[in-house]
Amino acid sequence: MAKKNDEKGTTNPELNIPLLNELEEGQWPSFVSDLKQWSKTKPQVAQLLNQLEESYENRWNYWTGTVLNVSGYGGGVIARLSEKADKYPDLAEFHTIRVIPPPGFVYSTERLRNLADICEKHGAGILQLHGLTGDALALGFDNEGTFAAAEELMANGWDLGGSGPALRSLQCCVGQARCEMACFDTMKTTRFLTNHYISFLHRPELMYKFKIKVSGCANDCANAMIGSDMPIIGTWRGPMQIDQEKVAEYIEEKGVEHVIDNVITRCPTNCLSLKGKQMVVDNENCVRCMHCINVMHKALKPGKDRGVTICLGAKRTLKIGDTMSSVIVPFMKLETEEDFQNLTDLIDRMWEFWNDNGMDHERIGEFIARVGLATFLEGCGIDPDPRMVQSTRTSPYIKFEELAPGLFEGEQTQQPKVWNREPDTREPSD
Amino acid sequence: MSDTKLAPRDQGAPDYTKCLHPAMARNYGKWVEHERIRPGVLVYTAESGEKLYTVRAGSPRTMSPTTVRKICDIADRYCEGFLRFSMRTNVEFSLTKEEDVEPLIEAIKSELGFPIGGTGASISNIAHTQGWLHCNLPATDAAGAVKALMDDLIEEFEQENFPNRVKLSTSCCQINCGRHSDIAIIVQHHHAPRINHNKMQICELPKVVAICPVAAIRPSVVDGHQTVEVVEEKCMYCGACHGQCPSMEIRDSDTDSLSIWVGGKGANTRSGPSLMKLAVWGLPNNPPRWPEVSEAVRTILKAYREGAKDWERVGEWIERIGWQRFFEKTGFPFTKYHIEDSPNAMWTYNRSTHVRI
Repeated sequence: MAKKNDEKGTTNPELNIPLLNELEEGQWPSFVSDLKQWSKTKPQVAQLLNQLEESYENRWNYWTGTVLNVSGYGGGVIARLSEKADKYPDLAEFHTIRVIPPPGFVYSTERLRNLADICEKHGAGILQLHGLTGDALALGFDNEGTFAAAEELMANGWDLGGSGPALRSLQCCVGQARCEMACFDTMKTTRFLTNHYISFLHRPELMYKFKIKVSGCANDCANAMIGSDMPIIGTWRGPMQIDQEKVAEYIEEKGVEHVIDNVITRCPTNCLSLKGKQMVVDNENCVRCMHCINVMHKALKPGKDRGVTICLGAKRTLKIGDTMSSVIVPFMKLETEEDFQNLTDLIDRMWEFWNDNGMDHERIGEFIARVGLATFLEGCGIDPDPRMVQSTRTSPYIKFEELAPGLFEGEQTQQPKVWNREPDTREPSD
Repeated sequence: MSDTKLAPRDQGAPDYTKCLHPAMARNYGKWVEHERIRPGVLVYTAESGEKLYTVRAGSPRTMSPTTVRKICDIADRYCEGFLRFSMRTNVEFSLTKEEDVEPLIEAIKSELGFPIGGTGASISNIAHTQGWLHCNLPATDAAGAVKALMDDLIEEFEQENFPNRVKLSTSCCQINCGRHSDIAIIVQHHHAPRINHNKMQICELPKVVAICPVAAIRPSVVDGHQTVEVVEEKCMYCGACHGQCPSMEIRDSDTDSLSIWVGGKGANTRSGPSLMKLAVWGLPNNPPRWPEVSEAVRTILKAYREGAKDWERVGEWIERIGWQRFFEKTGFPFTKYHIEDSPNAMWTYNRSTHVRI
C-alpha cells in the first residue's frame, strides 16, 4: 500500500487543520508552525498534520503498532501503521527510529547535521530531541526508508537504540564535562556500559525492559532514581570539603538567620551546625543528599574520595504499582578498569538471577518485590548491608536456617540457590 | 536490500569526546564553581580560571530538520560548533566569550523563537510522551498539551520565581511514560476494556490473560472462536491489556478524563525521592488547548509559590503543611477517590493523632 519513496510528494495535500492552527498562537515555540512549514518540503508531513487534526477533532488515535526489525537487530524501530492509510497513503508505514545519542546529549553541529540529513533523505525527517527513552527519535520512515536510513546511520557511526524487553539506551547528566558537583565520570560510564552490553540493547534477551541512568550526584539530573531500573548515582566517602573562609563570606553576605533557615535546619540528618562563622559537619551521619552543597556551592563541595551508590528497581505504576529504587551497592569506586569490571560482574549476576527466575514482562523491581530483597541478594551473591533498608523487619515469622531442628535421617536439605562466586575482590565499602 | 552492503553493527554510543565544546574537553573533571547570572544563563569556572557561559533555551522537542539546522547555525556562529540538549529537552549553547552572550540570546530569540530560561527555581520544560502524533496507545495528545500549557506558563520558564524548581510532565495513557514530576498530567479511563472479539486473532491470548495485574482477564469462547473475557468488578481500568493487545480497547473519546498528580521528586536532596499523589481528577480531555488543565496547574503553582519555604519542592511543601491545608489552599475538593486502595493503602493513612484542627 505504501508508495515508493520517490513517488512521495507527487501530490501535496492541502492542510486542513483549524484546531491545530490554534496551537500556532502563544509564545512557546510551536511544533505545528514548524511542521506546517516543513510540510512544503515533505508532503507526508501535511498528511501527518491532517491525521493529527482528526485526532484532535475526534479525541481518537489512528496509529497501530507493529514489529519491524533492521537486519541483525531485535529492536530500535518503533513501527507504526496508520488506520487512515486510505486517506493518507504516505502514513501507511510511518515508523520511528531510535538512535543512541552521544552520552550526555552533547553534539557537534557536524554530527547533528549528519543526523538531520540522513533522516531527511530517507523519511519525513522529523526529529525529537530527545525521547524520555533517552534516544534521539527520528519519525516518519516507511519500511524501505527505515532499512536505508538505518544502514546509512550505522555507516556514519550512529547506532540504533533499545526497545522491547531489552536494555534501553542509557542516559546520563552532563557530569564532569560541565559540572563541579559530578562525583564520577558519567559520560564515560554511560558509553562504557552501552558498548559493553550493546548486544543486550539490540536484542531482546531479558525478562523485560531494563533502564540504566547515570547521575553525577544526588541531585540526580538524569532522573535516575524514579526513572530507571538501575540508577547509578555519584557520592563520596569521608568528609565533605569545606572552605571556611567562603562559609564566613556567605554568612556575612546572607546573614545567620538565612543560613539557619536554608541550610542548617534543612539537613535531613541534622548533621550541620554553626560555630561562629564556621560550618561544623557531622560527616559520619551525612547522607550525601547535596542540599547544603547546592545552597552554599562555593563554600561546600563533595568529598575527595568519590564513587557511586547503585540502586535497583524503580518503575512506573503498571502493573503492581510504583516501585522505587533501593540501595543495592552502598558505595563503590568507579574509576579503574577493575572497578568497571566489578560493575559489569554485578550486572551479569543480577541479570542471570532475574532471567532465570523472573516472569515474562516482570521488571527487576517487580521481581524483587515478589521474591524479597533477601532472596534476591542471596541469588546474586551480594552480602546484605543495613544501608539497603530503612528499617529492619516488623514481621516475627522468620525461617532461620541456622536455628531449624535437625533433619530426619535420609532427608535432603533444601539449600537456596546461591551464586557460586569468586572471592570478592571489590574495594571495601566505607 | 539484498544487494546492499550492510553497515557495521553494534557500534554503540557515539564518541562523546568528539562532541564536547573545546572548553568542556579542556576542563573535563576540573570545574570548580558555577553562578547563575540570570535566569537561563549560567557561568562555570574551571580550575584554570577559564569560564564557560551556558545559555539554556526551551525547545518544542519535535522539530523539523530546518529548525535543527538553525540550531546548528547558531552553535557554529557562537559556540565553536557544539551544543547540548538537557534531560528536559532544552537546548544549551555554551560559549567562552562573555561579550557573545547577548548576541547569542538575540539570535536564539529572533532566529529560533525559543525562550531563554528553565534554570534554577523555574518551571522546567515539560517532559512528555508521543501522544496522537505517533503512539499506538494514547487517549490524548502530548506535544499539543505541552505547547498549550507552556504558552500559559512561559513567564515562569523565563523567571526563577518559585521556592524551588518545578518539574512538569504529561502522559497520554495510564502506562505513564511521562513519569513522576512535581506536577503531572495523566489520562484516566473509566470503564473496562471493550473487547473486539473479531480481532482477537492478532493477539497472543495467554499473554493477554497473564498481563492483567488483578487477574480480571480469563479465556473464553465467543461464536466458536477463542477469545477472552473481562471480570468487570476486578478490572481497575489500567489498560495493561490494551498495550499487549489492541483489540482490548480501553480508550473512550467520550469518557476519558485527565487528572493532576503532585509531589513526585527524583532528587535525593533533603527528603529523598518521592512518588506523586492525586490532586485533582475529572478534568475534561479538551483539545486543542486543554484550558481546564492549565487553570488547575496554575492554581497549584500559586498556592505553592505563596506557601512553600525556599528550597521546598511541591511534595515537600505538601508534606509539611499536610493534605488538609493543600486542599484548603488550592480549593480542590478532597473526595473518597483520593484515598489509596492498593494493597499498600494502609501506609498512606494517618496513623497518628497528628491532626491540624
